Amino acid sequence: MSLASAVEVAAGVKDGTVSARAVLEEHLGRIERHEGQVHAFNTVTADRARAAAEAVDAAVTSGRDPGPLAGVPVALKDNLCTRGVPTTCSSRILEGWIPPYDATVVSRLQAAGAVIVGKTNLDEFAMGSSTENSAFGPTRNPHDLDRVPGGSSGGSAAAVAAGFAALGLGSDTGGSIRQPAALCGVVGAKPTYGLVSRYGLVAFASSLDQIGPFARSVADAALLLDVIAGPDPADSTSFREPPPRASERLGAGVEGLRVGIVTELTDAEGISADVVERTREAADALSAAGAKVDEVSVPAAVYGLSAYYLIAPAEASSNLARYDGVRYGLRASGSKDITDMYLRTRSAGFGAEVKRRIMLGTYALSAGYYDAYYGKAQQVRTLIIRDFETAYRDFDVLLGPTAPGTAFPLGAKTQDPLTMYLNDVCTIPSNLAGHPAISVPFGTGADGLPAGVQILAPALGEVVMFQVAAVLEAAAPDLPVPQLIRSEVAR
Amino acid sequence: MTAADASGRRAENASGRRAGNASGRRAGWEVVVGLEVHAELRTRTKLFCACPNSFGDEPNTNVCPVCLGLPGSLPVINRAAVEFAMRIGTALNCRVQPSLFHRKNYFYPDMPKDYQISQYDIPINADGWLELPSGRRIGIERAHMEEDTGKTTHMGGGGRIHDAAHSLVDYNRAGVPLVEIVSAPDIRSADEARAYVDELRAILVATGASDGKMEEGSLRVDANVSVRHAGSSEYGTRCEVKNMNSLRSLGRAIEYEAQRQIEVLTEGGSIVQETRHWDEGAGRTGSMRSKEEAYDYRYFPEPDLVPVNPSQAWISEVSSSLPVLPAARRDAVAAASGIPAGDDSVVTVVRLDLDRYVEAVRSAGGPDGAETVAVRRLANEVASQLESLEHLSEESFASLVAMETEGSLTPAQSRTVLKELLESGGDPRAVASRLGFEALAAGALSEIVDQVVAEYPDEWARFAGGEDKLMGFFAGHIRSRSGGNADMKEASALLRSRRG
Repeated sequence: MSLASAVEVAAGVKDGTVSARAVLEEHLGRIERHEGQVHAFNTVTADRARAAAEAVDAAVTSGRDPGPLAGVPVALKDNLCTRGVPTTCSSRILEGWIPPYDATVVSRLQAAGAVIVGKTNLDEFAMGSSTENSAFGPTRNPHDLDRVPGGSSGGSAAAVAAGFAALGLGSDTGGSIRQPAALCGVVGAKPTYGLVSRYGLVAFASSLDQIGPFARSVADAALLLDVIAGPDPADSTSFREPPPRASERLGAGVEGLRVGIVTELTDAEGISADVVERTREAADALSAAGAKVDEVSVPAAVYGLSAYYLIAPAEASSNLARYDGVRYGLRASGSKDITDMYLRTRSAGFGAEVKRRIMLGTYALSAGYYDAYYGKAQQVRTLIIRDFETAYRDFDVLLGPTAPGTAFPLGAKTQDPLTMYLNDVCTIPSNLAGHPAISVPFGTGADGLPAGVQILAPALGEVVMFQVAAVLEAAAPDLPVPQLIRSEVAR
Repeated sequence: MTAADASGRRAENASGRRAGNASGRRAGWEVVVGLEVHAELRTRTKLFCACPNSFGDEPNTNVCPVCLGLPGSLPVINRAAVEFAMRIGTALNCRVQPSLFHRKNYFYPDMPKDYQISQYDIPINADGWLELPSGRRIGIERAHMEEDTGKTTHMGGGGRIHDAAHSLVDYNRAGVPLVEIVSAPDIRSADEARAYVDELRAILVATGASDGKMEEGSLRVDANVSVRHAGSSEYGTRCEVKNMNSLRSLGRAIEYEAQRQIEVLTEGGSIVQETRHWDEGAGRTGSMRSKEEAYDYRYFPEPDLVPVNPSQAWISEVSSSLPVLPAARRDAVAAASGIPAGDDSVVTVVRLDLDRYVEAVRSAGGPDGAETVAVRRLANEVASQLESLEHLSEESFASLVAMETEGSLTPAQSRTVLKELLESGGDPRAVASRLGFEALAAGALSEIVDQVVAEYPDEWARFAGGEDKLMGFFAGHIRSRSGGNADMKEASALLRSRRG
């Protein structure tokens, strides 16, 4: 793909060969022409972006360091708080709410010279795998407008794929960065839990949520991750130690590294043959590059999906309690008392999937059921961590498909929540373990749409994970430029 | 028998009288009380954010994204709050342990996140005890950390949420650190409950952890009350009584609730486990929430915080930096004065921080018995005139007590001088001499007694014959002849011994 990379933009802006403002206008132009069809954004912050770009250019002119992301256009998932800009989580319930503060990652982007172009669509409160659960309508896949971009970070994935932004931020609770990255043909990484501050990320499931990068290349993703990673005193669960540098060994190759293909992921329920085939080809490519590849079993991974659908809704039921109409966002009118106000507000403000998960989670935490559901699910989590530990005694990284298939048509899975939930079967184990994983585009499915292969690494194993991802990226067949922008990119 | 036991029995008798014929019913029943005390900690900032922890400011001025529970905000534990909690636990003889925060989920408009971050099954302090002045030990099950809620004012209707026209919420208090101290069901009367809270409050203040002001709400007490037949080892069904805002109302509420339960049971009914609201004006408790209506709090570990795991070094440091606690101070006063530690006078002296005067007397090395005299003067005269304490230096108090103990001032004279010192300060010898209080030499009193006896032989004969009322006659003459300087207690003793 010949859209300019973030690495190129930052270098060009810094040495003055291109202005941040010009880079921005090029991206805003693409948004202007195609956003109507894609609907990647809930809000495009063109004016703020122009001011930010001009500030970067002024810094360059006056000889100051404009930062590692100088002039790079970035799209933010609309569950990251931005001071003065609505943050909706694609929910009616946050109607009218404008955060009075920036998420830590947003402050770090700004400090690094990034130019934020807008807030991207998502499944409401990040609950979903297709971005169809948005109160503001679905986002479409730039590779095929009749298909979903995946989710829940579908807006950011689509924005990066369509060249609306060079980089995107998403959040990944059960696969919400990696699965849409795979479906949109871009790179998406979920860092180790605790590597990136969650301060300012509107919580879905606190013990699983992690912010991570979308990019059109592994190097760009590493650049973005290196900017946002690191200790934050505002997040008690963030690591206190200096973070691993994702870009440290990008060119180091995989000679001698041990790569394990996780059989529970290739054999998981509903995985299509073509993505399994792409995974095996990816393994072969790594093998050809000098890695030792073998199969490995992570037995408890098969219970991941079930455990996840108890833990995540349980935490969500508590995290989403605050949307009660008392302090901010939607408040239903005409209520006769406080209970009535809660009921009407939450009935009107939340969509069906959010309600379903609040009910599931409330039930799982109820007196008398806690041990059987939430308690048991936490035990599964411990087992998954243990099984991964065993696997990492013999392997440096693990390999598997990212998603069960390629992008599916809009509406194909909306009638059956369980079919939709299966989209996350390959990504969930990493969230439960708190480990990093990255999805790298690797060829296409039988339908010609992008497929993704996932590299999993142990906690804080970002360096080796990106190292392997770079080799995979180099070995991957060229991806078609999305239909939508093919003519102008080729130009 | 200790003072507290005695006062407990007095109160039971009194309440029996109030309840009329119920006094017969009260006999044979035992009241069982466990208390849950919430103490606001005196930290500079709130439990999970940097907002000021201060009382009485303009509503909703001490707030931020964290304590307002705004989307995306995260809590960060305040180290000073943990240290205060550890101080409290250590002072209550608890085991200070690695602990965990949970979320307690329920909807209420003054709780910004609609869950409270609290400690649940693994509190920072567990299994301690508090010793009452009576010597009774009350078990402490736990003393855990949690965040306070905001404050709701219901406008219109009866001031309760369900009939209010609208409600105003002030979130200044939301996120203020609390320690909840849960006693074992070891308390056996309303008076003992009051003594417990009084002692606990003194400990909280001594550790510097809380100001313990019940009226301002920085100390809040809920009581779990049940009754059972005396001698039974089973507990009765309990009711939780809320909304007592003074020690007095705590006592009244427990008395009322115990009596209500006894009456229900005596009439063949049974107690329903429920939460009851104390109505101070009406002097009664009313049902608030039954067990069936009780919330299911859906506790689960708070994923936004990491476990609080104080190092052994920190625990030791906290333990060694604790001030001397009230019980030990009472013991010190008792040891110096010979008055039992549970005696009201000793309790009062320590409670009012007057034991430093006893210490001054002790270290001045005065005559034997000076500390006893000191405690008496402090618990009576000084305790009732605390507002003038600044005039009374420890040195002048010590010399006054020495003068009284040596007999150079009578107790009455000593009280007068003390009053003068409290009002305007000064040197006790100068004050005594200005008031004409001359030392009466040991032999001088005996001489005056001899003179008076010789002057009134008839009266003496009658007195000697057993007519005790003439004691006053002789005492009057002795007092006037000594110019008021005679120790009348000593004079009576001389008269009696002379009678043989």
